[in-house]
Amino acid sequence: MRAYLSVWRLRFLQGMQYRTAALAGIATQLFFGLVFIMVYVAFYEQGSSGSNFPLQDLVSYVWLQQMFLTFIMLWFRDNEIFELITTGNIAYELCRPCGLYPFWFAKLIGQRLSSAALRCWPILAIVLFLPRPYRLSPPPSLAALALFAASLLVGLFVVVSVSMLLHLSVFWTLSPTGSTLMVSVAGEFFAGTVIPVPLMPAWLQRVCDFLPFRWAADFPFRVYSGQISTGEALWGIAAQLAWIAGLVAVGMLSLRRAMRRVVVQGG
Amino acid sequence: MKLYVKYLAILFNSQMQYRMSFWLLTVGQFFVPFSVFAGLYLMFQRFGQLRGWSFFETALCYGVIHLAYSLAECFARGFDSFSGMIVRGDFDRVLVRPRSTELQVLGSQFEFTRLGRMLQGAVVLAWALYKLPIAWDAAKAATLALMIACGVLIFAGIFILFATMCFWTVQGLEIANIFTDGGSEMAQYPLNVYRKWVVVFFTFVIPFACVNYLPLLYLLGRADGPPVRYMLQPLAGMLFLLPCLLVWRLGVRHYRSTGS
Amino acid sequence: MITLQGIGKSFKVARRAAGLRQAAKALFVREYTVVEALRDITFRIGEGEIVGYIGPNGAGKSTSIKVMSGILVPDTGTCRVMGFTPWKERTAYVKNIGVVFGQRSQLWWDVPVIDSFRLLRDIYKIPAAEYASQLTLLTETLELGGLLQTPVRQLSLGQRMRCEIAASLLHGPRILFLDEPTIGLDAVSKLAVRQFIRTINREKGVTVILTTHDMSDIEALAGRILMIGKGTLLYDGTLSDLRGRFGSHRTVTVDYRENPRPLELPGAKPLSWTPERAVFRVDTGQVAIADVLARLSEQVELLDVAIEAKPVEELIVELYREHRI
Repeated sequence: MRAYLSVWRLRFLQGMQYRTAALAGIATQLFFGLVFIMVYVAFYEQGSSGSNFPLQDLVSYVWLQQMFLTFIMLWFRDNEIFELITTGNIAYELCRPCGLYPFWFAKLIGQRLSSAALRCWPILAIVLFLPRPYRLSPPPSLAALALFAASLLVGLFVVVSVSMLLHLSVFWTLSPTGSTLMVSVAGEFFAGTVIPVPLMPAWLQRVCDFLPFRWAADFPFRVYSGQISTGEALWGIAAQLAWIAGLVAVGMLSLRRAMRRVVVQGG
Repeated sequence: MKLYVKYLAILFNSQMQYRMSFWLLTVGQFFVPFSVFAGLYLMFQRFGQLRGWSFFETALCYGVIHLAYSLAECFARGFDSFSGMIVRGDFDRVLVRPRSTELQVLGSQFEFTRLGRMLQGAVVLAWALYKLPIAWDAAKAATLALMIACGVLIFAGIFILFATMCFWTVQGLEIANIFTDGGSEMAQYPLNVYRKWVVVFFTFVIPFACVNYLPLLYLLGRADGPPVRYMLQPLAGMLFLLPCLLVWRLGVRHYRSTGS
Repeated sequence: MITLQGIGKSFKVARRAAGLRQAAKALFVREYTVVEALRDITFRIGEGEIVGYIGPNGAGKSTSIKVMSGILVPDTGTCRVMGFTPWKERTAYVKNIGVVFGQRSQLWWDVPVIDSFRLLRDIYKIPAAEYASQLTLLTETLELGGLLQTPVRQLSLGQRMRCEIAASLLHGPRILFLDEPTIGLDAVSKLAVRQFIRTINREKGVTVILTTHDMSDIEALAGRILMIGKGTLLYDGTLSDLRGRFGSHRTVTVDYRENPRPLELPGAKPLSWTPERAVFRVDTGQVAIADVLARLSEQVELLDVAIEAKPVEELIVELYREHRI
């Protein structure tokens, strides 16, 4: 028991060291959130073009995006993994007793989770008390909240499975910057970070439906605000799981093939 | 400032050694703001106008600000990444050379990959100018040029301010992003879109309004009153640089009395 | 040429919090301790001297070098170098000094060395003719011929250090500050660097101030030693004086035809013994080497004798011990 306490103490003290960085991050996200909302408010004054997506929901959407930014960003890359691949030190990883895919997967999940955990609570505390219309409104029902939490977590797995594919692509491109940048930009766009999915023209929304990206961001956020009913939400979670299954399968297959190349070529 | 050009040349040569990654990054840098612009386009498609501004009018504002920002990011990179210099201890080397610290830090780094963003900003600007029915004359052209130039100086000033912060601490520098990335995200829309206090802050504290709102009115022919007032607005923005440089000098003095 | 008088410098160092309670407190209030890095440093260095600047880590060596090169402003005291006060007239003063920081490079990493040199020429505004002749001289004496066109990142550490030293001398400074120049270098490069320092000192009269932990550098180059410990100047003198003070001991190693009995030598302390070899420490203040050898040859048939003076390292350690640092 004592050992756990000291480990907790150590991690906590470590965490305190990062307080300035976390504070800065929180301030940044609050600022960006406010700017985005102000712009949307100005747009919405125009009339009823936003009627399919009420301002209240949009405000929740924006704040949830900011709070869970690390859940959505594809640009959140793990330098360690990239270096392992490009330098060829990957050979050492083969000596580990556990599977490489789940190992890296867990690592990426951990990174995003810890980063979000540090930042979402202070932001939440503040945005719940902002003046209208900037305030984050609570979800319409407990069911919505529960489904939100569930879909958010499952969505995290979707993002990480995409992220895994990005990391694995380095086996073939050997440069972490080029391919990942394009895909992250596109992925974040189709997840609704630049323009909320409901505000996109119909044909673009169709495109988003066929891509995995909106399932990690747009979907859980709209479950929260009640835009997506509980019934639809359950189907949505099923869709998320399907995406995860597919992406993970592709990922594991690619990794196996890549490792075979490494072993044959010697890195 | 021949020396500045020499610095530019040597660092350009340096980066050209890594040609492949340079091109990849540059192209990637084009697409980042491109997606933002695409978002802007789609919003206007749905809503039609933004507080009295049409799509192309907003695009003009967008183009000016992003062009200014990417130019600043490219040429004032030395201040933007000053924290690295301090941490490595390279600033001592700057103090041992018989040139001003500002010039040396400015010449210490360039980010040529921002070319991608510059291109994107320039394309948007060109498109907006093409589509807008502006009655052009020398005065308006000069105003436009001043808007961009002074925009660069404002961003450079922000970089210098936060670089100066590094003399005291290198932690928490992410705050700078609020004013640089945040500033450009925000100033890409004409400032009257925002609440009053925002406009006030960005007129008197960090004078984005001087290169964003008032000269824009003039260019679009919506200004009332003598045009000179609007034309010279950007210069007021340039004044922002002076206190930033002053603060820098203070920072250097602090560094020299407390060591690293 | 260089005159320091009563230089003092203190730093405020933030106290790192230990433990939960302290960490929480540190969120609101920072506690500082004052560290006196330099206290009443006074010395004079004349033109053309080579001075070795030694001392344990954290003693204040780099602080005083920073004061002398104009980087740091001291709290008290005066410093005149070639008629300048280094920190007051920085840009004018700095034209006359060259600095080599051992572990940090001043050359641009990815471009050929000669490009860096050219940029330095422009930074220091060196006239073309002077630059050309200086470059030729440096290229010859440091053997840089084949290196000039190579990017710095492709050079070995020894090659890089030679280029660094050349870079710091391009503008013909009269004083050269070297901060650990031979650290990490292989034997050949070390000798080359030392040789070069001797040459420019002798032929161009460049005053050299050399900070180093490598005592063989000191032995090879420095006529004079300045030792700093805990912020004060502890020793200012020559190496031979130092030897006179502590260096009276000699280590005598004798190889002889097999002798089963340990040897007896009054005035000599035996350090080790085998039937074929014995090592003694002899205090030459008390016993003459000649006597020692005479007595030894009475007892055994000598095959080989080696007499070693105390290595410089030991002298320095004795000095540290004397001053309790």
